[in-house]
Parts: sequence; structure tokens; C-alpha cells
Amino acid sequence: MTKLKNYAVVLKLFVLFLTFTIALSCAEKKYTVTRIEGKEIGITNKNAEVADIENFIKPYRDKIDADLNLVLANAPVTIDKTGEWQTPMGNFLADITFEKSDKVFQIREKKAIDICLLNHGGIRTIIPKGDVTARTAYEIMPFENSAIVVALKGEQILELVNYFISEKKPHPLRGLTFTISKDNQPKNIMVNGMPLVNDKIYYVATSDYLTNGGDNMNFFKKGVEKFDLDYKLRNIIIDYFKENKTITANKDIRITKEQ
Amino acid sequence: MKRRDFIQNTALTSALLGVSGLSLSSFKAANTKHLTILHTNDVHSYIDPFPPNHPKNPGMGGVARRAALIETIRKENPNVLLLDAGDIFQGTPYFNYYGGELEFKLMSMMKYDLATIGNHDFDNGIEGLYKQLPNATFEFVSANYDFKNTIMNGHVQPYKILNKDGIKVGVFGLGVGLDGLVDKRNSKETVYNDPVGVSQDMARILKHEKQCDLVICLSHIGYKYKDEPDKICDTKLATSTKDIDLIIGGHTHTFLDKPTILKNADGQDVLVNQVGCYGVNLGRIDVYFENDKTKITSGRSIIVS
Repeated sequence: MTKLKNYAVVLKLFVLFLTFTIALSCAEKKYTVTRIEGKEIGITNKNAEVADIENFIKPYRDKIDADLNLVLANAPVTIDKTGEWQTPMGNFLADITFEKSDKVFQIREKKAIDICLLNHGGIRTIIPKGDVTARTAYEIMPFENSAIVVALKGEQILELVNYFISEKKPHPLRGLTFTISKDNQPKNIMVNGMPLVNDKIYYVATSDYLTNGGDNMNFFKKGVEKFDLDYKLRNIIIDYFKENKTITANKDIRITKEQ
Repeated sequence: MKRRDFIQNTALTSALLGVSGLSLSSFKAANTKHLTILHTNDVHSYIDPFPPNHPKNPGMGGVARRAALIETIRKENPNVLLLDAGDIFQGTPYFNYYGGELEFKLMSMMKYDLATIGNHDFDNGIEGLYKQLPNATFEFVSANYDFKNTIMNGHVQPYKILNKDGIKVGVFGLGVGLDGLVDKRNSKETVYNDPVGVSQDMARILKHEKQCDLVICLSHIGYKYKDEPDKICDTKLATSTKDIDLIIGGHTHTFLDKPTILKNADGQDVLVNQVGCYGVNLGRIDVYFENDKTKITSGRSIIVS
């Protein structure tokens, strides 16, 4: 028994010795980088396809295609999302979200929406010229966000305007117009053509993502009342596509910057 | 039990080394190694190519083509590391319909090694991400998201060390700030920690304690913010840390003409790359190693194209 024990100790020591030796030789194997080459490879129709991958995707794709490929409308020109203070896509989405939310709000609450504000980052793609399908709506608005109406006082509308000026992003906006002076101050703030009144309540349609702190639109947290419309932003777009054969964006100026 | 296995394995390895005697000596002959790193970011559930008439990316992208390209490269050099810098989820109906199942299954078929977690990977809630884990054969790294009090606890490592043909590669992950970006209802108790401090720790551990030959930061913090110069981003991280060799990034959907070379806090070169979005590009970084000290000239050459 003792002999066996001793043998075990010797073996353990031997293993330790070997491990140590290996560890040392490992350290010698340390590699040094001598050269790095970096590039980007575009994936185009010149690349072949792996048939197994394509076949694997097919049943998933077929199910979606059956649902979403029906042509609902047509866009005579591409509606893009470029622009400094507003974009064609932004105007389009703010306008249709305003219109659709207002209908629901009027029926449910007997009140009218004054302003619609969404976020630029939430517009995920453009509407290319040509056929418009429900798939287009999924690509513009893939998120499961829904429309919400927040009652804001005039002073929070001013905060909203200042937020625009400091963030410098073309967030979709409808119902509110203003001018940014040369020294970056807001002026001529109008809600539906009427000057902003500090203690008046305005109803602002937006997305639940933004009322939950998205894009740091903190003025929404000061809302005096909130109405969930249970209407997904994507369904607003799909419904609009279904009801309108031709899809175009309004070009009226909402934010003016003095040069 | 585990310890005994280890000893037995060690003994076995030693025995094999002793018998052949070749492993060590043959090593000296092959002292140059070549590792090819392939990477994507912000693929956002884009599985099919863009249509040929798309105004921005006509006919670009597509997973079946990406898979073919990766296969070709693997035939050229089997020593490949395949990485994704986050935002795998959200952007096409594939995600709305299947919740990320297809994205993970395809990445597994392409043999991705590692991915980091992007803000949109929380879009079906942290439970939605957790639910798809069985479909992924690859692993997740994130050093600055603390998932301790979430369902993801134990499923995301700060870093991972991979042995690629004798090359020890340490990869750590970084995620973007969650406030104002990810709905709290989705990220739940996930805690975001400052990327700079975390990266310094990670780089030190990987380069010095773990003796990695190459340290990669797989980042979803964004390449650069023109309008927010103080916000942490890949380029700032590169210049304010040391011991990181490559930063492979995502989040800002940045298309670069070529990878960026910057000097780190020690004056050493760091390569920063990002390949746009939606799977229209594949990033390729070839790294050559030498272990014969006599052949190592001072510094390293970096070629970008």
C-alpha cells in the first residue's frame, strides 16, 4: 500500500516536471505578428451560392413571400432619407402616422392630435421607386413599436424644439414648425399655424419606444396624460399602402435654419 | 475527477511528445503562421440579396453567397476565424416571423466562431435572445455588459481564447451604452460598464497573463460619432488603450474605403475595421506570425487596401 502511495507521489512529481517543461517550451512558442493585411470584399451576384444554404432558407422564405409579396401601391419616385433637418421619408412617416393616429384618437378620446414626432433612427430603409408591398413596410419599420399619444404642455413643446436644435437630427415631424436663428435659438414656433402657448395642452403622437426613453427624448416623461392607441407603427404604414395607390412624400418646410 | 483527467491527459501528451520527439523539433521548421480573420457586422436579418434595382445596394449581399465566399477562403487557408460584431437581429421579416432562429442557424452552418451582442439583439427582449441560443453553435463575448441578474447569466463570456493552428487568439466583446437606445423592458437588468476601463483590463489579461499572440476587440460601440466627439467609439478606444491588435466593429453601419490604422497609447499600430451593414461586405484581415526571434525585424507592417 505504502509503495503504491510512493509511486503515486513520484508519478505526480514526474507529471509536474513534465508539465513545467511543456509550459516552458510553450512559452518559447510565442508568436509575434509580422504582417497584417486588411481589406473588404463586396458580396455581389458574381459570387456563387452554396446550394445547401439556399435550400435551407427556401421554406422560411416561401412562407414569408406568400404573406408579403402582394403589390399594394406604387412609388413614382424613390423616397429617401437624406436631408439636414427633414427628409422625404421622415415627412412621409410623420404625415401618415399623424393622420392614422388622429382618426383613432378622435373616435376613442374625442380629441385631435396636434403634433407627430418620430425618430430618424427608427426609419430603417427608404421606399425605392416602383412596386410597394407589405414587405416594404416591414423593412421601413421592422420594430414592434406602437403609436402612443402624450399630452404635453407648451413648455415641453419648447423643450422638444430645443432638443431638435441640440441633436441636429432630421427626426420626422408634423404639425409643428419653427425657425432656428443664426445664433441657434428657436423662433416662430407654430403649432398648426398658431403660435405656441406655454400652458396649453398639446397632443403629440409618437412611438412607445420614444416615450420609454428612446433617443433621450426626456420631455415625453413630463407628459400629463398618455393614451396607448394599440396600433403598431408598421400596421399604420401597411394600412396606408392598402388605401393609397400612389405613394409620395410631402415637401413642405417644417424646420427653417437661418443662414 | 476532473483533476485526475487532467493529469492523465498531461501524462499522455508528454508520453506522445517523448515517443515522437518530432513535435518540438518539427516546430522549428514551421515557424511562420497565417491566420485569416473574416468578419461581418450589423447584418440585421438580411438573408436574401438586395434586389437588382435597389437604389442603394443593388444586387448586393445574401447569405448563400457569403457562405460560398467563406468556403473558398477556407480552402485557400483553413486557419480561419469567423466573427460577427453584433446586431444580427432585426431588419427584415425573417426576424419578425422567426425571431432570429434562421439567422443563428445559418451562422452556425457557416461555422462562425464568435459574436458580440448588439443593441438590436435585445429587440425581442433578453428572453428572445436567450430562446435562440440553442440554434447557435458559436459563442457570445461581451466584457462590458453584465448579465449577472438576467436570464443570460452564464451564457456570455467576457472573452474567449481560441487556439488556431498553434496561434493563441484572445477575443473580447464590447457593447454600446443601453440608455436611450434599448428599451429597459427589453434589456431588463443588463448593466453597461464603461468600455475603456474594461478594455484595458481585458487587453492586459489576454496579452500578458494569458500570453495571447493576438488580441482582438469585437466591438459594437460604433466607429466614430462626428457630432458627439466625446462619445466613446472604436477610434477613441484604439488610441486610448494598449495591447489590442485589432478592433472589429459595428453599430454605426460605417462603410470604410479601407481599414483604419491608428496608434495606441504605446505608439503601436492598431487596425480598426467595420464593413457597413446588411451583409453586403465581408471583412478580411490576414495576419502573419513568426516565432523565430532572429527573423523578427522591428515592428510590423500593415497593408490595407
